[in-house]
Amino acid sequence: MAISAAQPVTTEDLALSAQRITVKFGGLVAVNDVTFDIPDKGIVSLIGPNGAGKTTFFNVLTGLYAPSAGTVTLDGQNITAMAPHKIAKLGMGRTFQNIRLFATMTAEENVLVAMHSHTKAGITSTVLRLPSQRREERESSDAALELLDFVGIGKRYDEYARNLSYGDQRRLEIARALALRPKVLLLDEPTAGMNPQESAAFVGFVHRVRDEKEVSILLIEHDMSVVMRVSERVTVMDRGEKISEGTPDEVRNDQRVVEAYLGRTGTEGSAR
Amino acid sequence: MATTTAPKSPTSTKSARAAKSGANNRRWALIFAGAAILVFVFYQYLLPHLDQSVKSVFDSWLPISTLEESLVWIICAIGLNIVVGYAGLLDLGYVAFWAIGGYTAGWLMSSFFNNVDFSFFGVIPPQPGGIHINFWIVLVIAAAFCALWGVIIGAPTLRLKGDYLAIVTLGFGEIIPQVFYNGDCIGPACWNVSNGTQGIYPVDSMNAPKILPGMKGATLGIFDQPYKYIFFCLVAALCVFVSLRIREGRLGRAWLAIREDELAASMMGVPLMRTKLAAYAVGAAMGGFGGVIFAEYVGGVVPDRFNFSISITLLAMVVLGGMGNVWGVMVGALVLAWINATGLKQIGVTFNQVFHTSINFPANNYLLFGGILVLMMLFRRAGLFPEMRTKAVLEEDEVADDAGGTHLSDPEEVTA
Repeated sequence: MAISAAQPVTTEDLALSAQRITVKFGGLVAVNDVTFDIPDKGIVSLIGPNGAGKTTFFNVLTGLYAPSAGTVTLDGQNITAMAPHKIAKLGMGRTFQNIRLFATMTAEENVLVAMHSHTKAGITSTVLRLPSQRREERESSDAALELLDFVGIGKRYDEYARNLSYGDQRRLEIARALALRPKVLLLDEPTAGMNPQESAAFVGFVHRVRDEKEVSILLIEHDMSVVMRVSERVTVMDRGEKISEGTPDEVRNDQRVVEAYLGRTGTEGSAR
Repeated sequence: MATTTAPKSPTSTKSARAAKSGANNRRWALIFAGAAILVFVFYQYLLPHLDQSVKSVFDSWLPISTLEESLVWIICAIGLNIVVGYAGLLDLGYVAFWAIGGYTAGWLMSSFFNNVDFSFFGVIPPQPGGIHINFWIVLVIAAAFCALWGVIIGAPTLRLKGDYLAIVTLGFGEIIPQVFYNGDCIGPACWNVSNGTQGIYPVDSMNAPKILPGMKGATLGIFDQPYKYIFFCLVAALCVFVSLRIREGRLGRAWLAIREDELAASMMGVPLMRTKLAAYAVGAAMGGFGGVIFAEYVGGVVPDRFNFSISITLLAMVVLGGMGNVWGVMVGALVLAWINATGLKQIGVTFNQVFHTSINFPANNYLLFGGILVLMMLFRRAGLFPEMRTKAVLEEDEVADDAGGTHLSDPEEVTA
């Protein structure tokens, strides 16, 4: 399997491209020379055992950490070590593993916050409620309600985020991320806490998001059944390094992946 | 996840919550406006004709000067509420903006710069020299100047969070009044920028349009207090209006988002520095209003009025009233300002008369403040009139603290 060097794609076809990312915390190398691409309108997954460096890598993409080496390109623009809000504005939406909504804001307001970078009403026009500001507010509100409908919580638009059920909070996070009009949507363990039926429905939902909102999607996921069904391509990390990449089937049968997950002892007999 | 699209929500009608808060705001606005007009009519037209004994009761328990001072506190508390209540940034040095606003009035509305002679629709005193600019223009200049200083102070400090921010703002709150305190000889040329400990005195009377029957003239001096009061009320109303409008808009939502979860806000495209600086600037501008009005109320600016305890008292007002709720903050400011200025003294006088003691009540006002704050934290954490959204949260917390409810966004966990 010579997939680990999936180079021949030109950058124009890539929604996001991370080249040779290395992140060091003091002496600890959390991410070591990882190259990773998200094809345009693709759905890809990043998996790996705990402590593999997935989240660190994620944080480099969203601008939370500056990589020690390497570059990140979003839709042809270099976004390495750019401030998170600028990256968000350029088209990177994300959700959080442990839900991070604005708890005392309503569902609608949560989505409206994410429209900040696409709206421009200033202090004066807000205080005077100029027509331009009123129009902008109305359009934002309409767009927000539409997004809430899209994720299936349109009726609860006026509810405080903290009062929503767990599943609805997850949906709201996705609606909020979509409000950025992202080119790339990063979902961090989106099915955590979901039951098997919900997870199964989620697979369909991810495809619908990709098709209707025309975004490229990257998931970090632990639920293998979800990963295998939803992803077009899977990348596996272990101990800060990319150990495998390919279609779900290819990855499933990769000896290094099995070792990373089950440990060497489990496969000792056949490996040596 | 549901793959069916839910029926389209009513987009044209306003949300129930927004309508409710709108009605709530209108009710409070009516209450305050009504009270303000009532007070004015009473002090201006009724009180002078009442019996001497009634007059003395009002003179000692609720003189109009106390109400005016309360308005200064209210304006500054509303400004601080934007920083602390809306954006969630703890600022312990707010007095700096009050002082800058006050000195702006001192510079532009007095004979302080007596080597120049400049006036612009101002009140010109008999002796020549000095800068005399119209009160209302000075108000705008002071707000802009304070907003600028808010940005200057904020730019380096707002990179800090929580306690660190509080400490640094505390430092600035000490530095700026000290600069004015020692400002009679600055630099090698020994410039006098503040008259040092003497302060700038007197500051010109304010000019006001002659809109009310019986107003003596277009200039309001220290003895036209009821008229001044009505104009101070207008400035306070402006601050309330601006606060409420901004809160409902794009910037207000960004402030709230930062208060709730800074990291998530930045990931959703909210520029943290700019948004926080905006909160600082707007808050500082209102501090500038407060400063000018205070100078007008006192008739001068003296540096030892701008000490640390003012920042703390303002913070206590915001917390007592209900952080984030302008109306609550106004009530908090009124109550504490009254206690500070006359209430405690009068209670003391009465107490001493009844019990034949000689306790000095005003000297212990911080003991009382401390007590009030401790009681607040025990029994009414969100303040007297908490903001609707905070109220919902706090009430729920008390009911379902260990019922395993979903708690959102633990600030301790830094990332996904």
